[in-house]
Amino acid sequence: MTGHCARWSPLVVALSLVVLCAFGIALGSAVGSTGFESWVNARHDDVAWQIVWEIRLPRTLGACAAGALLGLAGALAQGLFRNPLADPYLLGSASGASLGVAVALALFGGNPFATELLVRLGLTGAAFVGAVLAVLLTLTLARGVQHTLRLLLAGVIVGVVLGAMASLITLMRPDVLQGMQGFLLGSTSFMGWTSCVLMFGVLLVCLVFAFGLSRVLDALTLGEATALSLGLPLAPVRVALVCVLALATGTAVAQTGLVAFVGLAAPHLVRSLVATKHNWMVLLSALMGGALLLAADLLARLSIAPQEMPVGVLTAVLGGGYLLWLMYRTQATGAKP
Amino acid sequence: MSALIPALHTRDVHVVLGGREVLHGVDLSFGAGRWTSIVGPNGAGKSTLLKVLAGLLPVTGEVFLFNQPLLAMARRQRAQQLSWLGQNESASDDLRVWDVVMLGRMPHQDWLAAPSDQDRQVVEVALQATQAWDWRERSLGQLSGGERQRVLLARALAVQAQVMLMDEPLANLDPPHQVDWLEQVRCLTAQHTTVISVLHEVGMALHADDMVVMQAGRIVHQGACADGATHRAVEAVFDHRIAIHALDGQWVAVPKL
Repeated sequence: MTGHCARWSPLVVALSLVVLCAFGIALGSAVGSTGFESWVNARHDDVAWQIVWEIRLPRTLGACAAGALLGLAGALAQGLFRNPLADPYLLGSASGASLGVAVALALFGGNPFATELLVRLGLTGAAFVGAVLAVLLTLTLARGVQHTLRLLLAGVIVGVVLGAMASLITLMRPDVLQGMQGFLLGSTSFMGWTSCVLMFGVLLVCLVFAFGLSRVLDALTLGEATALSLGLPLAPVRVALVCVLALATGTAVAQTGLVAFVGLAAPHLVRSLVATKHNWMVLLSALMGGALLLAADLLARLSIAPQEMPVGVLTAVLGGGYLLWLMYRTQATGAKP
Repeated sequence: MSALIPALHTRDVHVVLGGREVLHGVDLSFGAGRWTSIVGPNGAGKSTLLKVLAGLLPVTGEVFLFNQPLLAMARRQRAQQLSWLGQNESASDDLRVWDVVMLGRMPHQDWLAAPSDQDRQVVEVALQATQAWDWRERSLGQLSGGERQRVLLARALAVQAQVMLMDEPLANLDPPHQVDWLEQVRCLTAQHTTVISVLHEVGMALHADDMVVMQAGRIVHQGACADGATHRAVEAVFDHRIAIHALDGQWVAVPKL
């Protein structure tokens, strides 16, 4: 039980995570294929300045924002579905985004006249639209959001079917395979300032809503009947929370592809540090997600430099390893995760 | 008692769950400031009835709380007057005991307001009353089943509602804490709080003021716990496998072997 009793104050954890993120962002803007040199020379070397300002800083900040969106979405999903295994992708947004990207690649990916930027913009848009449509499909199949088990099942079904369709497109058009694989593994390397501003904007909106509605998640931990008996407007709040969840996930997926495990692991990591209500929970999960993806992004760039590993591979390995450790520790101590 | 307004009363209430009617026309009246226990065999519809009284289920027929139609009341107003303690409701392990009990103050708080001094005081009194004060900093996951039940009871007490509905409140409680609960309820009714509880243990249920006996979705009997007719009705719904006797000024239910 040792690790379980030693809980920290939420404020201390929040401040530590902010410091960690700031450190990660500084480091992230300093390392890359050209090493520390660009950072040191940035003051009087235009090329170096450009590398730091136009490439490294936005992608680093972008990684932080995307991780924060996923961490926030994970905390919302786990609170809303009252299931510690819930993750941001379970409403079908991941497979919807994959299908959107597959369709976009098949339509104009092979076109030699499409510029890199256009393809990139098109893919981001297609992924977002795909994610949103998939969530809408899940909601339609589940006939609303009030029945959470039905919602989970509908999400699984939509995920499988849309995933199969995306695979079918990839099979029929082998030339999109590489682009598709890149998306499925997740990557932080293409984000510019626009992506950053967009993600931080969405993050702010989502955080405000999640924070405001968090007391309903607190009440839901005591069961639906009790939450209702406390006079809470469960139905409209659930709709709002699903919208926030879908928006946060869709935005992150559109910019970075399918980054695995951050949304699942971030809330669990927070819980292992603090016992707190959902207002702190959503905030800390967002910070934790940001720190996680920042760390993964750094490792992705450093581990096989000057080459780069897809960040999703790293989050999958690290996140999976962490969950496995958590499971074994739980079994060994009999403590609940 | 009869001249006063009843705390809760129902008129011809029918409930359909999953396409099957589980309550077939319930007419009941619960006296204010009294403790009523609901007993009956498994599947009699006791928990469903309690949910109806809490306004948690759609019904045909009418339910009134202090003569106001329950389902038409404003959510928050209802939540301030009616407190609910459910059965086997999974509570997440991560919330601190203090935060759990503070959830009971929600009907009295504004949406984003921080707890007031009064809220804190009420939570402390509720935690003391169920002897859960010492664990206030622990998370729910670190408590045993019985300890957890006492925290949830404190949560229900913290609402300070005029009517308390409890479904199997004695689940997981050891004998001394069952007696504590009994005294707690007596104390509540002394302050004119109405308590309605579904109880499995007939012996405990017989300590109430009134008893509602249910079978197969119908009310078989409603009467005072001290009344012989009530005892006969209880024995009948349990197939005469138990017998109710007087012992030291209390009623006890013993198995008929």
